Amino acid sequence: MALVEAVGVRKSFGHTEVLRGIDLEVERGEVVCLLGPSGAGKSTFLRCVNHLETIDAGRIWVDGVPVGFRAAHGKLHELREREAAHQRRDIGMVFQRFNLFPHRTALENVMEGPVQVLRRDRAEVRAEALALLERVGLVEKAGAYPAQLSGGQQQRVAIARALAMKPKLMLFDEPTSALDPELVGEVLDVMTSLARDGMTMIVVTHEIGFARSVADRVVFLVDGAVVESGTPAAVLDNPQQPRTQQFLAKVL
Amino acid sequence: MASELEVVPLRHPGRWISAAIVALVVAGLGWAMAEAQIQWEDVPGFFTHPVMLEGLLNTIVLAVAAQGGAIVLGIVVALMRLSANPVARWFAVGYIWLFRGLPVLLQILIWFNLALVFKNISVPMLFTVPTNVVMTAFVAALLGLGLNESAYMAEIVRAGLSSVDAGQTEAAKSIGMTPLTTLRRVVLPQAMRVIIPPTGNNFINMIKGTSMASVIAFLELIHAANNISSRNLEIMETLFAAAAWYLVLVSLASVGQHYLERAYGPR
Repeated sequence: MALVEAVGVRKSFGHTEVLRGIDLEVERGEVVCLLGPSGAGKSTFLRCVNHLETIDAGRIWVDGVPVGFRAAHGKLHELREREAAHQRRDIGMVFQRFNLFPHRTALENVMEGPVQVLRRDRAEVRAEALALLERVGLVEKAGAYPAQLSGGQQQRVAIARALAMKPKLMLFDEPTSALDPELVGEVLDVMTSLARDGMTMIVVTHEIGFARSVADRVVFLVDGAVVESGTPAAVLDNPQQPRTQQFLAKVL
Repeated sequence: MASELEVVPLRHPGRWISAAIVALVVAGLGWAMAEAQIQWEDVPGFFTHPVMLEGLLNTIVLAVAAQGGAIVLGIVVALMRLSANPVARWFAVGYIWLFRGLPVLLQILIWFNLALVFKNISVPMLFTVPTNVVMTAFVAALLGLGLNESAYMAEIVRAGLSSVDAGQTEAAKSIGMTPLTTLRRVVLPQAMRVIIPPTGNNFINMIKGTSMASVIAFLELIHAANNISSRNLEIMETLFAAAAWYLVLVSLASVGQHYLERAYGPR
């Protein structure tokens, strides 16, 4: 079974239907990039996968568990917020605007989840957190507060914070869109190495170059529906749908 | 050459004139105080009079207890105000409307006279106590001051919670934090920056507000001053001694607020 299985996912905000029946499967270790014009519902779909948004119809399974629900007695029971929090432990998320905790240092940001959520031993977590900061190249910034870091550094700390929970799946919501152009590379490098290590990733991005070199599969969304999906070579270099061709002509 | 020309700095004759007027007014007031029929030498004695010190202690206990209770209640009411439950939301709105809308003095008097309408306070099958035993002057003042303040605290806490970016809550959720942990570890610490300055302001008001408890004969600073002067008729001298204590307490509170603000200040 695929790690992520989404079937007929629908979501409306008020009278606007943002997702119109999305089907998507992501295998273990696979890197899937979601591309498409703004307003296509890419970010909304990503936020549904870890239940930051509730879906109106359809179903999403992560590792065989229905997101936002508990299966019991042949019925699906909607989860309380506490129980939903438990489900999110296994799903890491990286936000466009980093969302680091500004009142805690880089190291404390990374330690927060394992210590406060998993109730693990501080000393042990600290060693792991330092190793994660090392991995994103920021161990010397461990004591710095987010306001003292550049955007690229903040985003790398945010990736380390998500990894500290040892997630099965990482969601990236336009992780480089809020960065100065010269800082995009350092974040993409970290994501590339993460992909090489076999992390399952769903990435909403406008970085076509990243999608081409790292993604196993590219999914193109327009108006809340999947228009085209396939290998980067197929979708990016030889798009079949006119909507995909138009979009790529503009961004490439 | 321009550099050889002498530079004449701008003169400020207005400043000299206004400074002279201020100095004159202050000197005049000082002279008036010195000439007034005040037994200045008696004031230090009243300042450290045992009754005055008892009043001081009661003022501090009442102010701290009322403010502390108000902060806890205020957080609860603020959370109800922001809750998804419409009944809780409307209760919070009504609570703030009522307790903020009535004068503190009136609320203190109502609590103090509660025994006139309710002989007993009871929770069925748990306990029953006579109202006049429970509703001492301290309890009445505590309820009057604390409940009024809690309505203000609810609005202050609500503003603080709303000031924290929604992305912070989402980030906390994304690492699996429960709502309570999110509030305690992520939202409240950041809301503190917005909450502390007005709370410090309100606490200073609270210190002075305890003086209203004197109308129900609670032995706070003003009632203590009245007690002392009823024996020796040195009304102004005892009031000045009480005034000095208020200034001391308010100054200490201001210093405390300064350090609290620094502790939660921007990083």
